[in-house]
Amino acid sequence: MKSWNNKAWFLVLPVLLLVAFSAIIPLMTVVNYSVQDSFGSNEFYWVGLEWFQEVLSSERFHNALMRNLLFSAIILLIEIPLGIAVALAMPRRGWGVSVCLVLMALPLLIPWNVVGTIWQVFARVDIGLLGYSLTQLGFDYNYTQDTLDAWITLIVMDVWHWTSLVVLLSYSGLVSIPPAYYQAARIDGASRWAVFRYIQLPKMRRVLVIAVLLRFMDSFMIYTEPFVVTGGGPGNATTFLSIDLVQMAIGQFDLGPAAAMSLIYFLIILLVSWVFYTVMTQQDADAESGRGHS
Amino acid sequence: MLELINVSKRVGHQQHIQDINLQLQPGSLNVLLGATLSGKTTLMRLMAGLETPSAGEIRFNGANVRGIPVQKRDVAMVYQQFINYPSLSVFENIASPLRVAGLDKATIHHRVHKAAELLRLTDYLHRLPADLSGGQQQRTALARALVKQAKLVLLDEPLANLDYKLREELRRELPVIFARTGAILVYASTEPSEALLLGGNTATLHEGRLTQFGPAIEVFQRPVDVHTARIFSDPPLNTVAVHKHGNELVCADFVMRLAADAAHLPDAAYTLAVRPWHVRIDSETGLPDVALINAHVEVTEITGSESYVHVRLGGQGPDVPRWVALVQGVRDLPADSSLTLAVSAAQIYLFDAEGKRCLAPAGDTGDSGLGNSD
Amino acid sequence: MARIVLNNIAHRYASSATAAGAADSYALKPLSHVWEDGGAYALLGPSGCGKTTLLNIISGLITPSQGQLLFDDTDVSHLPTEQRNIAQVFQFPVLYDTMTVAENLAFPLRNRRGSNKLGNADIKKRVDDALVMLGLEHLAHKKARSLTADDKQKISLGRGLVRTDVNAILFDEPLTVIDPHLKWQLRTRLKQIHREFGHTMIYVTHDQTEALTFADKVVVMLAGEVIQTGTPEELFRHPQHTFVGKFIGSPGMNILSCELAGDEAIVEGCRFALPTRYPALSGNIELGIRPEFIRLVDTGKGAPVIVTAIDDVGHHRIVRALLGRQLLDIVVAEGVAIPANPGVVFETGSIGIYQNARLVSASFAEKTT
Repeated sequence: MKSWNNKAWFLVLPVLLLVAFSAIIPLMTVVNYSVQDSFGSNEFYWVGLEWFQEVLSSERFHNALMRNLLFSAIILLIEIPLGIAVALAMPRRGWGVSVCLVLMALPLLIPWNVVGTIWQVFARVDIGLLGYSLTQLGFDYNYTQDTLDAWITLIVMDVWHWTSLVVLLSYSGLVSIPPAYYQAARIDGASRWAVFRYIQLPKMRRVLVIAVLLRFMDSFMIYTEPFVVTGGGPGNATTFLSIDLVQMAIGQFDLGPAAAMSLIYFLIILLVSWVFYTVMTQQDADAESGRGHS
Repeated sequence: MLELINVSKRVGHQQHIQDINLQLQPGSLNVLLGATLSGKTTLMRLMAGLETPSAGEIRFNGANVRGIPVQKRDVAMVYQQFINYPSLSVFENIASPLRVAGLDKATIHHRVHKAAELLRLTDYLHRLPADLSGGQQQRTALARALVKQAKLVLLDEPLANLDYKLREELRRELPVIFARTGAILVYASTEPSEALLLGGNTATLHEGRLTQFGPAIEVFQRPVDVHTARIFSDPPLNTVAVHKHGNELVCADFVMRLAADAAHLPDAAYTLAVRPWHVRIDSETGLPDVALINAHVEVTEITGSESYVHVRLGGQGPDVPRWVALVQGVRDLPADSSLTLAVSAAQIYLFDAEGKRCLAPAGDTGDSGLGNSD
Repeated sequence: MARIVLNNIAHRYASSATAAGAADSYALKPLSHVWEDGGAYALLGPSGCGKTTLLNIISGLITPSQGQLLFDDTDVSHLPTEQRNIAQVFQFPVLYDTMTVAENLAFPLRNRRGSNKLGNADIKKRVDDALVMLGLEHLAHKKARSLTADDKQKISLGRGLVRTDVNAILFDEPLTVIDPHLKWQLRTRLKQIHREFGHTMIYVTHDQTEALTFADKVVVMLAGEVIQTGTPEELFRHPQHTFVGKFIGSPGMNILSCELAGDEAIVEGCRFALPTRYPALSGNIELGIRPEFIRLVDTGKGAPVIVTAIDDVGHHRIVRALLGRQLLDIVVAEGVAIPANPGVVFETGSIGIYQNARLVSASFAEKTT
């Protein structure tokens, strides 16, 4: 419990205003659009939940949603274990620590669209180092034509870009484990796996919750990279919800369905994040409820 | 003067502090004594203004301090962990509250050097905290609290992380150093011996309640209830459930004839308590008012000059009372050997069914130990 | 269980290797010592004296820069920790948070491979035995991290007790985070377990009460060196070094600078009788007398002192007094009156004479006079 201090309200006021203008007002506009139809520029009339029904029953939406879920699942399955593994392999002291930390931070500093552009060029079969090499080695690789190649390219790109975030988070969890735990484990004759399973993993859990949440939300909302690299193709193979949404709203100017879809999109992210969070923090709550205040 | 009036603090469903009334005078040393989680730290945070009471009032020199932020309260606090600014030298660490206050260079220099001298840090002023020993780091934190000349100084188990001998030394110096400032000094501790050695007043805390407040030795010798007596005992207080019949106390293990002045107590169930150094193992038979108790040795601990004989009264089992006798000299008694304890009726405490004290040994205070002297 | 032999063991930390050869760069100076099978030992000293380094050398968490370590007759100097079969309890409780109490205790047994592997029934039996030993039966199926600090420390200890063939149990200041009244319980439990099962136990602490009450033999260390080994009584009665005198006892020994005159010592112009005649000694000569062996007497008798403070600590009082310019602590028993303007008398048989901080033995004194 914090004491209420009147001055504090003045300090948070700018943030409140900012949030109001940047989030709440636009969100309300979207809600407004999602229940109305428009003719021309400024004529609106009430349609109720019609747009929601339309979006939810459309195959186009289902397919995009499935792509998103599959993409996020693959990203989490690769980046979380890989991130933990790299964090475990990093040195804990000496000059190696800062070298590793800087290397890990590098990809995170590059803007999304630049990452997209880099990979778009890098993977091209005519001039890109990766695409050209693969083709020369006899692989039938072309991300602009082959669905699988396009997916692999996007996944590799995302892994390259974002695994280091998981690494940094896991590493911060690892270095906070007191040395006595490792010493006790050696005395107990614990195997490397047992040390990981019973000491490192439990101590990393809190940061892993954050890592999973961040990586899920980000990958589920992915837009810039596929937009730059594949443009949603070949065909609709990499048309994720976000790309679909933009096409609908800006390409076709179907504001009503687009608004309904973005709300559904928003709710899905909220829901899945909440589920992740609850499941992963459940154990904490169980253990804490058993003890007094500390 | 710092006054706490019916102060309570609850967080969620947990009552951390319950209905505490306390008055602390300027220039006084006050020890908050209690087990871990008894509410010592919460109480200090309330005094500091880091937390707001859920109910009640905190007054400083008569004025309610509710809503006044910590920065404006003229409070200094030192924690169990050694907390200093790692990138600042010892000098700058000590000087930091003065710099915030915007004092001129000469004054800062003078005050820092004076504080450093008192806490014997003069040779280390240019060093960084990381290059100091634990004792020196904590002395730096204490110097920072001292130099601030705050009206209220809160020390939360400041010596707990220090070596035993270093603790002895600082414990002797601290009250002297801070007494000169005229501040209200509040010192949290879990150790009864620390409260006695520091002197001053002791406030005993049990599960968020203040059980007693008074001069340390008085609280020690005349605890108002059984909780206070337990908190203020090291080694632990020896207790056993007894029943009073006429002028005798009866339990499974012995019968004790009470001194005449205790005869007026109603016949009922009581808790008998006796300090470890009042339990003798060389039986003095034939004396009136001395109860002989059969016991079995569990373990003896020898300190070189004294021995702690841990015994269980009567038979076997987890529920039989376990006592400690502190005896002079080296007495290594084999485990499970039987012995006879002698306890004089003049040296016992009696607590009634509610835990209130009804009888205490006649101490230096000269009081007969009857009735409600509090 | 085993007899542990240290053969000229010494340790220097890598960072101080630049000063190679310099004696003061040792975290632990060359040391030979035998820990008898089944003994209860304490390693006592201030922080930084090398006691934890020594403990970690025995458990194998640190490899010493020189010397040999034997368990019975086997050289284990180069064996890794897990093969030494040692149990260790740390300053802060180390538990496997996700496991229950019983699973925590079973953990070291489940880690065994090959011929040492135990069946589930065996594991359960040993875990149950350990739970009874520690009095934790009712907590067996609780998650370990929901427990109080003292129960957690018991479980750390229990992980050593389940291994019936453990060579030694090492303790690194295990009571640091425990409340005073629980310290007593835990300590006596430890002592009982030692009595009953006879493990070799080595207990590191800076707290003299813990060391003296726990151990049959106390090893006092200062600056990487063992300065005295003895029973609690020996350390109390006959400290070989002024540091031991001051470090052991609460309050510690009074160390007063003095001059010798045959069978008398002169402190601040006052003469005190000595148990024997001492020759003229060079260097810094000091007289050591424990506060317990000083008696306060009425004005005009003994050496006059000025009382500066009286601390009542419950079962006795500590009188702080000035003898000339030197401070004296005097222990006065409960119920004994403290005279105004008192004098002091030292118990002759309890006086020690120290030359450059080392005890001058009475027999040496007699021989040379």
